[in-house]
This record gives sequence, C-alpha cells and structure tokens, in this order.
Amino acid sequence: MEQYSSKVMDHFAHPHNVGEIPDADGVGTVGNPVCGDVMRLYIKVENNIITDAKFKTFGCGAAIATSSMVTDLVKGKSIDEALSISNAAVAEALGGLPKVKMHCSVLAEEALKSALDDYHKKKGIPSPVTMPAETGHEHEME
Amino acid sequence: MKKVYLDHAATTPVHPKVLEAMLPYFTARFGNPSNLHDVGREAKNAVEEARAKTAALIGSNPEEIFFTSSGAESNNFALKGLAQANSQKGKHIIVSQLEHFSVLHPAKTLEKSGFTVTYVPTDKQGIVDPDDIAKAITKETILVSIMHANNEIGTIEPIEEIAKVTKEKGVLFHTDAVASVGWMPVHVKTLGVDALSLSGHQFYGPKGAAALFVRKGVRIKPQIEGGVQEDGRRAGTENVPAIVGLGKSAEIAAADIPHRMSYVSALRDRLQRGLIEKIDHMVINGHPTRRLPQNLNVSMWYVEGESMLLFLNMEGVSVSSGSACTSRSLKSSHVLTCIGTDAAVANGTLLMSLGMGNTAEDIDYVIEKLPPIVQRLREMSPLYEDMIKKEKVR
Repeated sequence: MEQYSSKVMDHFAHPHNVGEIPDADGVGTVGNPVCGDVMRLYIKVENNIITDAKFKTFGCGAAIATSSMVTDLVKGKSIDEALSISNAAVAEALGGLPKVKMHCSVLAEEALKSALDDYHKKKGIPSPVTMPAETGHEHEME
Repeated sequence: MKKVYLDHAATTPVHPKVLEAMLPYFTARFGNPSNLHDVGREAKNAVEEARAKTAALIGSNPEEIFFTSSGAESNNFALKGLAQANSQKGKHIIVSQLEHFSVLHPAKTLEKSGFTVTYVPTDKQGIVDPDDIAKAITKETILVSIMHANNEIGTIEPIEEIAKVTKEKGVLFHTDAVASVGWMPVHVKTLGVDALSLSGHQFYGPKGAAALFVRKGVRIKPQIEGGVQEDGRRAGTENVPAIVGLGKSAEIAAADIPHRMSYVSALRDRLQRGLIEKIDHMVINGHPTRRLPQNLNVSMWYVEGESMLLFLNMEGVSVSSGSACTSRSLKSSHVLTCIGTDAAVANGTLLMSLGMGNTAEDIDYVIEKLPPIVQRLREMSPLYEDMIKKEKVR
C-alpha cells in the first residue's frame, strides 16, 4: 500500500474536533462496520453559519484523518459553502490520499452532507442535499 | 525508541550464521552450478549440501526437494504441477477455504482450464474435518491440498488424519507448511503427505529461497521450463546464496525447534494473558491449543485494525492487521470469514507473531502500550458510543 502523507499522519495521530455535540443541530452517520469505517459528524449552526463541528469515527488512519479535516474545513462556513465541500477538497487538504483510501474522503463528504441534511430536516425546511455517488463499495448503515 | 517486532509471520530476520554461510556465494564462490568446471562444481556442491539439510529438517530424501523462489511459487508449483501431471486420472481437486491465496488462486486458475475444485469449510477454530475430505473425494479426485498451519490464525490442521483418507482413496496430498516449518516438528513421513511447501524467510533464512518436497515417484509438471536445473523440474539458474542460506536456516532449525517452541509459546501466552486482563470485548481467534506456538490473533470490538497498527507503530511495535482497510479489496480476511468471525469485529483484528528475538520485556511493553491505544480509539468510535448507550438503557 502507498504510504500516508505526513499531513494525514498528523491528523490521524492528533485528530481535531473529536467528540460529540450533545445539542447538535445536525448529526450524520454514514458507513458500515463491515466495510471497516463508520463516521458520525455533529454540527452546530447559528445564523446559517456552522459554528462548531465534531466527529466520532471507527476506521482506518485515512478515515480518522479525513474526519478531522472535514470538521476543520466546515467550521465557520455558511451552509451553502459547506454544501460545496467535496471529497477531493478533503483529500487535497490532507496532501492527497493513497488511491485505495480515496473512499474515506467520500465518506467524509457523505457524513457532512448527511449532517446538513439532518439539520434541514430538524428545521423543517427543504433539504438541498444531494448525496454524492458511491465509489467502490456500499456505505449504507444497517 | 524501543522497537518490538511482532510480525514474524510476515518475515523473519536472517540469522547471523545464515548470513555468514551465504556471503561467500555472492563473491568468491559465485559459480553457476550447471557448469562442470571447479567454479561451477563448488556452487553445485553448496546447493546439494543445502538440499540435504533442507531434506533433513522435514525427514525427506534430498532428491525429493526442489528449490523455488518463494512459498507462493512452491504452492503454485504443487497445485498446477500435480494437477496437470495427473489429469489423466481425473480433474477434481479439494482445498480448504482457509488456504493461502497462493493455493486458492492457482485452484481458481485450474478451474478455468477444466478442473473442478471443492472448497471445504472449517469449524469455528479453523480446523478441517477429515470426514469432510473423505466425503468430498470422488472417482475424479486427484489432489487434496490442506495447509499444515494457518498463517493468520495459527490453527494446526489434522494432516495425519487427512493423509490416512487420501492414502486409502489413492489421492495425492499436498500441504502448505510455510507457516509451520522451522517452528514445530514437520516430518513428511509422519504427516504422510506427497508434497509439502516451505519457505526459508519464515524461519531465519533469506527471502528468495523456498522449496517444494515431492515424494519420489509422484509426477509433477514443471511450471518454469527451459533448463535442466532441479532435475528438470524447475528451470533457471539457482539462487545459490539464498539456497545456501535456506540450507543453513534448516540446519539451525532442526537443532533448535523444541527450544523455539517453548520459548515463543511462553511469551505468546504471557502476551495473551496480559491483553485479556487489560482489554474487554476482545476475541482470541483460532484454536486454543492446536495453534502455532508463535501466533496470537485477536479481534477487538469497536476499533479498526489499521488504526491500532499505526498507533502501535508510533510506539515502535510492528504487527499485522487483518482489517479490510489494509487490503486492496476492502474485504476482511478470508480466513476470519471462513471461521465465521463477525465481519464487524474482523476489521478490528491484529496478528501478532513472535520470534526468538523477542523478550519478556518486549511483551510487557506491548501489554502496556496496546490497551490505551484501544481505549483511545474506542473513545473516538461511534460504535463504542452506541454500545455504551445501549448498556446504559439496560
């Protein structure tokens, strides 16, 4: 397998934003333990701005690093800006991912979209979220 | 930083005496064994001496040993070579679902060329039932291949019992003993096998030298053609230094096996005890007693193997993981699937394989370092969070 970049290893060893937000405005859980990764992302929204984001992840080094990075990227962003964060942007911010680990960045994007979707549903407003296409293997929860 | 290598199932270091034996064959004694002159003869003699030592380790005759480049090549040679050379008697092969890919993949290839293959299951501890083999044998069956010991979970198969079945039915029997040779007594006559694979770098020999034992009188079709080497069974100029190294490692192992077994199994048991004491929701994979002495394979609930491996690596500890994420296919180990390990916990697997360089201090270091890593990852895991919440509801 390709080696992880130093940035990936740094986010894996010292992940940012680990934990729960008990009164979160949106929570998204994606992935499947059978596939080896499950991400849960919590967001706090005030005046259409994501003021806080936290995560819990079961997964490999890349899964933890992409969770850490996506929560970093999303903090301070508007809902619209957050919706435009792609898996490629997460991977790029980490200095790239090994090819076989790109699905982890997809999972991070899905976790964010799922949390944003949950936020809209909780607010009772139409959700603008379109879940990204699957790459490689299924990530549905049971 | 302290370094603890617990991945001897991947490879072992070359024993200093092995290296010493090999070195002259790179330079002063560089000859080609096929040459009749003195330089060639010197190399030829070294290869034949290595053959005798390798044969002695497994109780065979030297002329029944064919050197190859790797355990994988030996397994490919056995499966394809024995099947193709004996196909006039039938085209059915039996292997277990637990075999190494270097047996399973050639079996798949043979299926594509008109052979049929039965993949027998194992029990939850990885043991093949000889009765299942007996039931699977038909008039068309020409070959059974069951590994001596599994490289991941360490389970030791009832080879002698299976050999009784194959002998009675007149079917050839190959065993992949790559994981066991050098770590426990392996004698081809006691086991009753017709062919056996072994690999030098698994027991302090160099990479690049392995062997296939083929019982005298058993027909096998060469897979590498175009030379007279290895009695015409495998073409290609011999890797003389590596073969010399394999011979030396076999010689050392032959005298050291009882000591090795008691040494590594004591450390393994210490490691197992220590981890059981400190980590809950942990499963020991394989058979509790019929297991390689150096093997410990554990699965942790709610954490993923690669993360544990990476954190252990930061502490200087080298292990393997059986997780989906470290494999290209994103599937967890077929061995764990075969023994019925829950796919969710299979992703939290660590394979720790001990060696003669490990000390009790090393083991205690791992017992100290691993539990906090597991705890830290669990605190980060949504699966662990869900489990704790469920427990509270109860």
